[in-house]
Amino acid sequence: MKIINRDLVIIGGGPAGLAAAVSAWDSGIKSLLVIERDSHLGGILNQCIHNGFGLHTFKEELTGPEYADRFIEMADERGIPYITDTIVTDVSDDKTVTAMNSKDGIFKISAKAVILAMGCRERPRGALNTPGFRGAGIYSAGTAQKLVNIDGYMPGKKVVILGSGDIGLIMARRMTLEGAEVKCVCEIMPYSGGLKRNIVQCLDDFGIPLKLSHTVVDIEGRDRVEAVTIAQVDEKLKPIPGTEERIECDTLLLSVGLLPENELTTEAGITMSRITGGAEVNESFETSVNGIFACGNVLHVHDLVDYVSQEARAAGKAAAEYIAKGEKSADRVPVYTQNGVRYTVPQSVDLTSDCDVTVRFRVSDNFRNKKVCVYIGDELVSSRRKNILAPGEMEQVKLKSDVLKAHSSAKSITVKLEDC
Amino acid sequence: MIKNLICIGCPLGCPLTAEMQDGKVLSVRGNTCPRGKKYAEKELTNPERTVTSSVKVVGGEMGAVSVRTAGDIPKSKITDCIKELSKITLTAPVHSGETVIRNVCGTGVSVIATKTVAKL
Repeated sequence: MKIINRDLVIIGGGPAGLAAAVSAWDSGIKSLLVIERDSHLGGILNQCIHNGFGLHTFKEELTGPEYADRFIEMADERGIPYITDTIVTDVSDDKTVTAMNSKDGIFKISAKAVILAMGCRERPRGALNTPGFRGAGIYSAGTAQKLVNIDGYMPGKKVVILGSGDIGLIMARRMTLEGAEVKCVCEIMPYSGGLKRNIVQCLDDFGIPLKLSHTVVDIEGRDRVEAVTIAQVDEKLKPIPGTEERIECDTLLLSVGLLPENELTTEAGITMSRITGGAEVNESFETSVNGIFACGNVLHVHDLVDYVSQEARAAGKAAAEYIAKGEKSADRVPVYTQNGVRYTVPQSVDLTSDCDVTVRFRVSDNFRNKKVCVYIGDELVSSRRKNILAPGEMEQVKLKSDVLKAHSSAKSITVKLEDC
Repeated sequence: MIKNLICIGCPLGCPLTAEMQDGKVLSVRGNTCPRGKKYAEKELTNPERTVTSSVKVVGGEMGAVSVRTAGDIPKSKITDCIKELSKITLTAPVHSGETVIRNVCGTGVSVIATKTVAKL
């Protein structure tokens, strides 16, 4: 078997992998390889043809393909090597990456550092326990998006969408514009996880009803979906008898959440977070295995690609430093969450870090008029008022290097919400 | 006339109530910040959108190319714009940024490709 050596291997050529590669290159790593499973670089952005990407990064509104192109161009300008149509089958804790494609067969790359940037997948129907038949016409929203936007096929004519995340909302508009009738969007929660802008511009603009606290309780149609039954749910998210409504349709789209794709990560024996579904990382985006880093949606699901790019740049730089200087032996303290903060990334921080540390987090519910408070040890070091906090909006707090260093003997960091 | 709408400026999503007369916005209530007032005035008098879609391509490595309006067009023209796009077929290669339709539906705005599709 062919074995090649590289300083750095980046698994995934989407926004995270590309930004990490550019950053590592600019930090002096020229012996690297980006491995992409698809035939083109750019990842999921290629099928996200709507606009709204890049406001933070480029100060203009781009479509997904345009945002991806900016990073592909940056990679090309530098001559960063990449291979496409290649799948990674294993990453070992000694940083040997096993990959294969139809041209080279199976081969191994022995690396000094690895960046995991595999992105995420959609939660499938099987995870929902929705009763009913398994006829054709049930798609995840992202699959439908690929069919319409990349392949040019319409998955159906009469559509019900379950889940009001942004992909579901975007697809409601897309299917409508391409001639389908979108009957409604059902959301099991009493609020939508999607952006207000998407609710207005993808549903309200086209008169598509958003049914909050509703779910699908039955799917009819042996060969092809013929109808679904929806019902209202109570506070415990259980369907309320007597509220059922049958809706004729030939297609059911599921937009019910994203899951970081971490088969390679778990097989490498890396410590995982049960909450994010991604690896646990420190302030350098390094996992529990020295020299293996993670960034982007494989680490935790983002709502803005701009944050993915920022995170990936930091991971690329950190990987370059690891390759140049070797393991950074620092005592790290855990980051704890309390009072409505569901998780943080990173999960541990080196208080002697020379760089400022951005802690990203999500809240567990909708909150109004709260303060986001950060304690190092027992001391409050940051407090910021927020008019609104929502589970669908990733939040962040920046901790300055000098503040961290001033508390270098502390044993933990805590992020929590407090009343104003 | 009273018009109700939801502000899209931030996650707060303020419910706005606007008083209108002869196509003009007289007052806006319910907004927490100036952006809400501005949004209601624009949305109620001259709502605009960027339209994104895809267009058929022949002879390329992909069968379709993604496109968008180079700027915002009136909301009332969205459907017409999509109809225009469904009529055309491009021949590869298509380059990102290339004009696909000039002055779509008389809006003065062009539709441009947002992806490059190489010749097969």
